[in-house]
Amino acid sequence: MPVSSPSPRATPSPAPATQTILDVDNLHVEFQTPDGPVVAVENVSLTVRKGEFLSIIGPSGCGKSTVFNVVGGLLTEHGGRVSIEGETIVGPHPSIGMVFQEESTFPWRCVIDNVAFPLEIAGVAKAQRMERARHFIDLVGLRGFERRFPGELSGGMRQRVSLARTLASEPKILLMDEPFAALDEQTRLLLGDKVLQIQQELHQTTLLITHNITEAVQMSDRILVMSYRPGKTKRIVEIDLPRPRTSEIVGSEAFGRYVAQIWADLREEASRGMQDDETSRVSHKASS
Amino acid sequence: MTRRRMNLYAGALGVGSLIVFFALMELLIQIGVLNRFVVPPPSEVLLSFERVIVEEDIAHRFLMTASECLTAGVMLTVFGILGGVLMHRFRLLQQACETWVAALASAPVVLMYPLFLVIFGRSAWTIIMIGFTAALPPVILKTLEGLSDTRKVLINVGKSFNLTPTQSFWKILLPAALPTIFVGVRLGLIFALINIVGVEFLINYGGLGQLINELAERYDLPGTYAAICFVILVSVLFFMALERIERWLRPAH
Repeated sequence: MPVSSPSPRATPSPAPATQTILDVDNLHVEFQTPDGPVVAVENVSLTVRKGEFLSIIGPSGCGKSTVFNVVGGLLTEHGGRVSIEGETIVGPHPSIGMVFQEESTFPWRCVIDNVAFPLEIAGVAKAQRMERARHFIDLVGLRGFERRFPGELSGGMRQRVSLARTLASEPKILLMDEPFAALDEQTRLLLGDKVLQIQQELHQTTLLITHNITEAVQMSDRILVMSYRPGKTKRIVEIDLPRPRTSEIVGSEAFGRYVAQIWADLREEASRGMQDDETSRVSHKASS
Repeated sequence: MTRRRMNLYAGALGVGSLIVFFALMELLIQIGVLNRFVVPPPSEVLLSFERVIVEEDIAHRFLMTASECLTAGVMLTVFGILGGVLMHRFRLLQQACETWVAALASAPVVLMYPLFLVIFGRSAWTIIMIGFTAALPPVILKTLEGLSDTRKVLINVGKSFNLTPTQSFWKILLPAALPTIFVGVRLGLIFALINIVGVEFLINYGGLGQLINELAERYDLPGTYAAICFVILVSVLFFMALERIERWLRPAH
């Protein structure tokens, strides 16, 4: 259900290609807990078009990461259907490259060996994979750090290594789960710029899971707002801001309106989440 | 301060504190606070080195203890890591055996030397097998711990790149567990060396343990302490070699 944009003054972005690459149809996920079954995601449907940047935003506990795990093929027990170019996902799919929220570089491999990892698995010859790894290291702005180990890098640099490693596998869809969650606000904005630059350069179809409104508005063509548990589609917002974008757009009036609009949707859900959390803590304390 | 300079200062401080300790011992013994018939003065221990090396065939004994330790070390690394991997792979095996392996870790295996003598005879194999049996549990348990504690996100990265279980083991699980496995191998080597020297001492069969026994029975205390220094040397050499292997296998810590 797209909503009308809050009439930004900026030039509208070019219309995205309409070819659907990822289709999530009536996704339903239920977990068994000691207190009985919990519905994490209820009838969520979405499509991602080729070259599009779609974000899923919602309060903690709304099932965003569950959607990430299902689309990434890490969680296979669910209702509904998830398909890439018509092919149903039954496990990790080579067309999907995942960037995780947690620090996921291999500490025993230097930067170039980390980035070359998927190429090594694919059996690419050493000279060729090193050359390609260097290309992606350049792309994320880490030239000169090829022989450094993750322990010698900052959190933001390590996330860039993870991003370069995933991009090196040349996925059709880049799937990211709150990749900047552990970073400070300034690094987060600058890394957002980097991701935008790469996305625009490679025309990379991207699905971002986030709880950060600024991040979502800064990067996305569309934003799917999820409700608190059970996670449902509350609204899909089209972001009609000009591209190419940078973090400078954060200061624009139109940007502020989008943020306010999404916050208005999220506020109610986040309050429900907080109340639910407090209630469960009280009942847990009482029972123990 | 650069890392190199820091290492230099640390090394100098370590050697310096050892020299201060020996000087203090020497002083306390010379002024009669410590009994020289219980603790020999460090200067006498130092002088006895030449005698122990020339008269007691130390090179042969040193090599014997070192080769027993090396054999036990290789065996416990191979079988210990294999045991840990199997217990990690097969949950039933882990549930069935983990408690027993942990119990074996604290058992005084050295007291079972008569049994090993019956099985292997009065040979180096009795010594090696006691060292191996006593040192195996920490390697198994630490391998299991290292593999089980591998961060889930790293395993998920492997899954996202469609790694087979074998690729996942060699490319992710094993390298991630390596530091913990090396802790186990280090502990194992300590256990093995203690038991090897102890059994050499008990069954009077060659090596540095037998030499310590003989010198102690002759009440040659400076010589006994000099022989103990050679046992420490074996330990130091093994630890240095292990550190090099670990750095080669996993350059970043």
